[in-house]
Parts: sequence; C-alpha cells; structure tokens
Amino acid sequence: MTLLETNGLSACYGDFQALFGIDFEVDEGETVAVLGANGAGKSTFLNVIAGNVPVAKEQLQFDGVPMGGARACEMVARGVTLVPEGRRLFSSLTVEENLMMGAYGGAKGYWTLDKVYALFPKLKERRKQPATQMSGGEQQMAAIGRGLMANPRLLMCDELSLGLAPIIIAEIYETLATVRDRGLTLIIVEQNVQQAMKFAQRAYCFLEGRVSLHGASSELTREQVAKAYFGV
Amino acid sequence: MLNTILDAVIQGILLGGLYGLYAAGLSLVFGIMRLVNIAHGDFIVLAAFFVIAFQKFLSIGSPFTALLVVVPLMFIFGYVLQRFVLNQVVGDDILRPVLVTFGLSVITQNGLLQAFSADSRKLNGGIIEVSSFTLPGGIIVGVFPLIMLGACLATIGALQWMLFHTRMGVAFRATSDDTMAAGLMGVNTRHLFSIATGVVMVTVAIASVFTGIRATFYPTSGSDCLLFAFEAVIIGGLGSLWGTLLGGMILAISQSLGSRISPAWQLQAGHLVFLIVLLMRPQGLFPRRLD
Amino acid sequence: MIVNVERSTRTSRISTAVFCVAIVVLVSAPAWAGRGQLSMLVEFFYYLALAELWNLLAGYAGVISLGAQGFIGLGGYALFFFTLNMGWHPLFALIAAGVVGLVVAVPAAAVMLRLHGAYLAIATWVLAEVARLGFSEMTSLGAGSGISLGVASVRHVELPFVSRDGIFFLLALLFAILTVALSYLLLCSKYGLALKSVRDNETSARSSGVNSYGLKLGVFVASSAGMALIGALIYLTKLRISPAAAFDANWTSNIIFIVIIGGIGTLEGPIIGTIVFFVLRQYLSDLGSWYLIILGGLAVVVMLKMPRGLWGAFSHRFDVRLFPTRRRLVLGNPDKVRPPSGDAGKTELAVNPGDPS
Repeated sequence: MTLLETNGLSACYGDFQALFGIDFEVDEGETVAVLGANGAGKSTFLNVIAGNVPVAKEQLQFDGVPMGGARACEMVARGVTLVPEGRRLFSSLTVEENLMMGAYGGAKGYWTLDKVYALFPKLKERRKQPATQMSGGEQQMAAIGRGLMANPRLLMCDELSLGLAPIIIAEIYETLATVRDRGLTLIIVEQNVQQAMKFAQRAYCFLEGRVSLHGASSELTREQVAKAYFGV
Repeated sequence: MLNTILDAVIQGILLGGLYGLYAAGLSLVFGIMRLVNIAHGDFIVLAAFFVIAFQKFLSIGSPFTALLVVVPLMFIFGYVLQRFVLNQVVGDDILRPVLVTFGLSVITQNGLLQAFSADSRKLNGGIIEVSSFTLPGGIIVGVFPLIMLGACLATIGALQWMLFHTRMGVAFRATSDDTMAAGLMGVNTRHLFSIATGVVMVTVAIASVFTGIRATFYPTSGSDCLLFAFEAVIIGGLGSLWGTLLGGMILAISQSLGSRISPAWQLQAGHLVFLIVLLMRPQGLFPRRLD
Repeated sequence: MIVNVERSTRTSRISTAVFCVAIVVLVSAPAWAGRGQLSMLVEFFYYLALAELWNLLAGYAGVISLGAQGFIGLGGYALFFFTLNMGWHPLFALIAAGVVGLVVAVPAAAVMLRLHGAYLAIATWVLAEVARLGFSEMTSLGAGSGISLGVASVRHVELPFVSRDGIFFLLALLFAILTVALSYLLLCSKYGLALKSVRDNETSARSSGVNSYGLKLGVFVASSAGMALIGALIYLTKLRISPAAAFDANWTSNIIFIVIIGGIGTLEGPIIGTIVFFVLRQYLSDLGSWYLIILGGLAVVVMLKMPRGLWGAFSHRFDVRLFPTRRRLVLGNPDKVRPPSGDAGKTELAVNPGDPS
C-alpha cells in the first residue's frame, strides 16, 4: 500500500528551481534510499515532504491525500517526521527536553521516553545534559530518538552519516535496523552509497534535481549507480 | 552622604524590578521570534489607560482589581496583534518589523491622546501608597515600592518557571533556538508566536498598574518605558530573564543616584551607564549566549 | 562581442531634462513667490533633504535611525551658539554647525554600530535623548525654555535683489538638490555598488572584500552630519529654538512616514513621499491627533502590503527609473554598435537585479 507518492514534483527556492518533475513512491513498511551528490536536490526533496518548501497540492500525496504545500506542523500531525541534516538539536535544551519536543506535535504510540532510552542507552546517561554538548554520534542518536518520539508513520533521515566515524555510522544503522524491522516506513538520504544500498530495499538516485535511476537495491549494479550519481 | 547613597541604591533596587519586568517582555519576544516591538512601552501605557477606563465604567475601586479584566484583555490584544499583523513581518528583514512597530507606536500614542486627552493621569493605589516603614539607619522604605518589587520578581519568576517546567515553555525555548526545527516537531509557529505575545502583554498589564500608581503618566509616556526596557536589556544582556532583571536594577540605581545630583541627571545618568556598557561590553553584563 | 556597462535610459534622460527645467523655475521663485509660499517651499525642501539622508542610511546602508532629531537639534543649537555666543555671521555659523555635526557623528557612529537591527535603532533614540537632556541644561542657550535669534543677528543675511526669506529658500533648495545629487553620485560609484551588495547579503559582500562596517560608518557619519547642517538651516529660518522642539521625536516620525510612503531604498521615493506628506498635511492637519493616527496607520499598511512604497511599486511595475543607478550590461555586435538610443532593442542583463528594497 503506497504511503507516500510524488507526481511530477517541482520545487523552487525563490527564483532557483531545485527539483524538476520528481516521480517517487514508498509503500508502507518499506525502506527507500535517496542517493546523489551534493546539490542534487535530496535534502530539498525531504524538506518538501516535511512541509518546509511549498509545492503544488496534487504533486505530493500522503496516504492518498494531496498534501503538497501543507505546513510542517500539519505534516507532523499526519505522521511524517524528518530527522534534519546536521541534526539541528535545540542547543539550550537538555537531551531529555529535546526528546520531549519530539513528542510535541506527534501521536501517542509505541515510542515513549523509556523505549527511546532502551534503544539508545547512552542517551539515558546524558539525559540532563545540554544536547549539543555530546559527541556527534550521540547527537545523531538523540536526533533519531527525537524523531521517533512523534510516533511517525513515515520517518525521514537526512544524511545520518555526516561527520561521523565509520564505526559510529555502523552502530547507528544497526540500531536503526531494529526500528526498520518493526515495520516503520523509512526514507533515508545518504551519500554513503554502500551503506544505503545495504540498508534499503529500493533506491532512487538524484542528479541535478531529477531522478536519474531507481530500482530494487539488489538489482542495481555499482556501475549503474555510479553513472546515475555522477551523470557521466 | 553615605546614607544618601544607600537610600538611592535601595530606591533603585525597588524600582529595578519594574524595569526588569518591562525588559523581560521585550527580551522574551526577541528571543523567540527576533522581533523588537517599538510599541512595547506604548502598550504599557495603553494597558494603564484600560485600567482607568474599566475602573470608571465598572466602578472598580482598586486598580489591582481592574487587572482581572485588563489582563485577559491584554492577552487577547497581544494574540490578535501578533497573529494578524506582526506575524507578517517576522523574518530576516530588519526594516519591516521596526517600521511597522514604529507605526503602531505612533497610532497608539495618538489614539490615546485622542481618546483620553493629553492630561496627566495617575492610578490610585490606596493606602499602600502612603505607608512606609523605617529601616535601621533612618532609611525609609515605602510599602508600595516593596510590593511592586515583590510582584515584579514574582512575575519574572513565573515566566521563568513557565519556560523551564511547562510543555509550552520548552516549546518557546526550542523555537527560540531553531524555528525551523521547532516546526519539524509539530510546533505551529504562527500560533506559538501569538501566544508568546499574548503572554508578554500579560506582563505588560501587570507592569502598567505599578507604572500608573508609581507616578503620573501621559499618552506619550510609552517612549520612556521603551527606552528603559531597552537599556535594561542591553545592560543586562540577552538570553536570560534574571540577567535582564539585574540590568533593570543597575539602570534604576544609576537613575536614582543621578537624581540625587539634579532632576535632569536622573535620566541622563541611566543613559550614560547604558552607553558605557555599550562601549565596553556590548553583549551585556550577564549574557547567557550570543544571539 | 563588445560589452558595455550603461546606466541611463530614455526615461531617465527625459526626466533629467524635466528636472533641470524645474530647478531653473524654482531658483527664480524668490522673484515671484509670496512669503507664505516661499516659507512652505523652504519646509518642503528641508523635509526632502532630511528624507533623502534618512533613506540613504536606512534603505541603502540598512541602518534605521530613530534619533534623527538628535542631529537636527544639535545642528540647530550649534548654529545658535555660533551666532549668538560667538557673534559669527549666520551663514558661516551654518557651515560651522555642519562641521560640528560631522565631528560628533564619528564617535557616535562608532558606538552605535556596535549594535544591530532594532537595537541599533533604539540606541539612536537614546542618543537623541542624551542630546535633548544635555541641551536642556545649558543655561547659556536658554536651557529648558529655549532661546531666540534676534532679527539683528540675521540682518547680514541678504543679497542685492534677494530678500532674507529668498536666501533661506535658495539654501533649502540647494541642500535638497545636494542631498539628491550626492546620494545619486554615491550610488553610481563603486561604493554604491558595494552598499547595495551589503544590503542584499552582507556576508557574501564581506567575503567579496567589501568593508561593510566602514561603509556603514561612512554613510552614518555623512547622513548625520547632513542632518545637522539641515537642522541648522531649519532653526535659522525659525529664529527660535528650544529642546522640546529641536529634539522632538516627531522629526523622525515625519521623516519615516515620508520615506515609507514614497519608497524606501529609492532616490525618487522621498520626493514622492514629501509631496504626499504635504498634501495630507494640508487637508488633514485640523483633525489633530486623527491626522497622526492616519499617518501612522498608512505607514503600517504600506509596510505590510506595499513595502516598496508608492514609487517603488510604480517603478517595479513599469520598470522606470528617474535616477538610474542600476547598471546594465549591454552586449553588442562590433559591426553594429551605435550609441544607445532607447530602452528597447538591445540584449541586456541588469547587473544588480536587486530591486529597490
């Protein structure tokens, strides 16, 4: 069952057009990766879905309902949550307060403070500390935990591995796998192609604001992806 | 001589709470939405005139009782103003918010002049205005200024409690840190900003009663209130309500000491202290973080 | 391929001609205008000059001053000091007052520019208050009740064939022309281009090597010194000064109103704004406070719905500029290059796509 789909989605930042006619879909329970180089439009795409960038109403459908142009708070209420690029934790709030903010506009459900602490024990140790005083990996865990607190139907993660050591990246994806296996629908934007293909069932590749390749991870070859990624 | 100085300092501390309250409102709105409301002082005067009007039309004896009506009224006023007018100018542009709120200041002052004439006004605080007690050393402390300090401290304390112990308060602080990320949490910023301005108007209403009882005021008195609020914020530093309170006290103490020299030096001393802090430590004396 | 950078358009050339004619007509005004008319024209031109200066600071340097009255009053008091207490010729005192404004503006600007945005704006107001309180205490200049410049002091202000009022008018006209001309020249210079880049995006401008602080400082100082000079002229014509009048916050309100309605960040805007201001004042001033409420309301509505102001909206819609400061890149075929003759028929790219404000 299709949870989210976009039809010919085009988006602009002022005079600058960032996305050109994106056709995309993700089914409930699926994990889809969005790949591409810097500036390909991946983050813009997630921001559109999250409600930060306006688009025409019919170009975006969530759960069958046209939602293009809806504001961020409306998308959260519908069950769409974004873990933004660069984490963007609230610097004057503690870890626990950050997690509580995650639940602000979301729904009641499986994910509670205790469940998130169970998933990321390191966060529990640091619950009363200012969130931005932790290491990069811990901050990323907090950002994911914050996203989960909204009990979303669709969780989007933008560049989880940015600035993190490989061993931490692996740890985070391992933990995220348990979330995935619980049936949560995920869209992940990743520059680390290998990691993304291992984790997701399907992948899209963006190039200069357009979809250059898409298919099941198991069927796409490295050469295909490299060509679509760089556009050579 | 020492007695005069001590007396001046004590009067300054008693008044500083009020300036701190003026400044807290200005500072809260700036923190959450990076908006400085030039009409802030004029709204304090507006609220004081509402008190006068309601005291008259509802035959209420005490201005404090009139607050029961004026506080909710000012909350609604703040909410509506933010929702329908000021939300349109929140953003990166420097010019629009200043010029729009400046226009609102002109409208408010002249609206009050039109409705209430240019006569001086004063609220009647009753018996507490004239009661006082004497400290050892011969320094006289009025009951009213003491109550004023207490009320202002309590209000700032309540604001602080709200910011750290309520869901709404955490949302205010989160929005103040990162508005975009707050939206991603499901915060409806249009509504939140309006609630914030509503809350600030409640502090304005409380401040107005004390302002009106303390001294005579005119429709044009709002400009002075704004300047004191602003100077207190700069002296105290951004980011912390208690820092702003201290800024208010330092300002009031400077004014109090200045007044002992001559009436003209009362205001001038405050301005000079402000300029010195601006020159030497522009981030303020007790900043919590850089904005 | 030949590439030219041009500025003038046909519209601007026509308007330049019109302005020249208008100036010639105006210069002769002392000959044909009555005393009341001259007086009104004086006021028109000094408001125009003040508005252009405020606009230069706010619309181009991005610094809002809520304390214009500080320098206006300073200039006025300096003039009275030099004329009354020092016995100088009033016109010489006028120039000296401008110099005083310049000297005070430099440290004032340095202190003020430690702040930004709205806080900077309020700080300029505080500075004006400091001036007001200071001059209220100067007994040699009348303290709180003010002081008059006797007719005797201005007896020397006259020329053959031109009355004193005529001279005041010509000075006001001169200042207005100077503020417009100097603003125009500044904006056409490389400093103007730098200013506009700072206005559009300060960080990018600075990383391109623009000294944004130095620019803002320079504009602040020039604008403030100019206001002091004009303030001196204003109080020379009024022959009486008091702290309440000279440092009245209404100076700033009126200037802001003029610039907002006319169009902030354009050279033409203050001209339109001053006209509108005078027309409104003519018809509405007997409404008392309602007049100011309407002015304030108009300013708010314009800022919300039409932030470019009357001129800005018109100029944007019809792409008209009377004082062309926008630079256009004109691409031409070397065989067919001919001097520009019109607005159409060329391939051109506007180099600063940043519209007024």
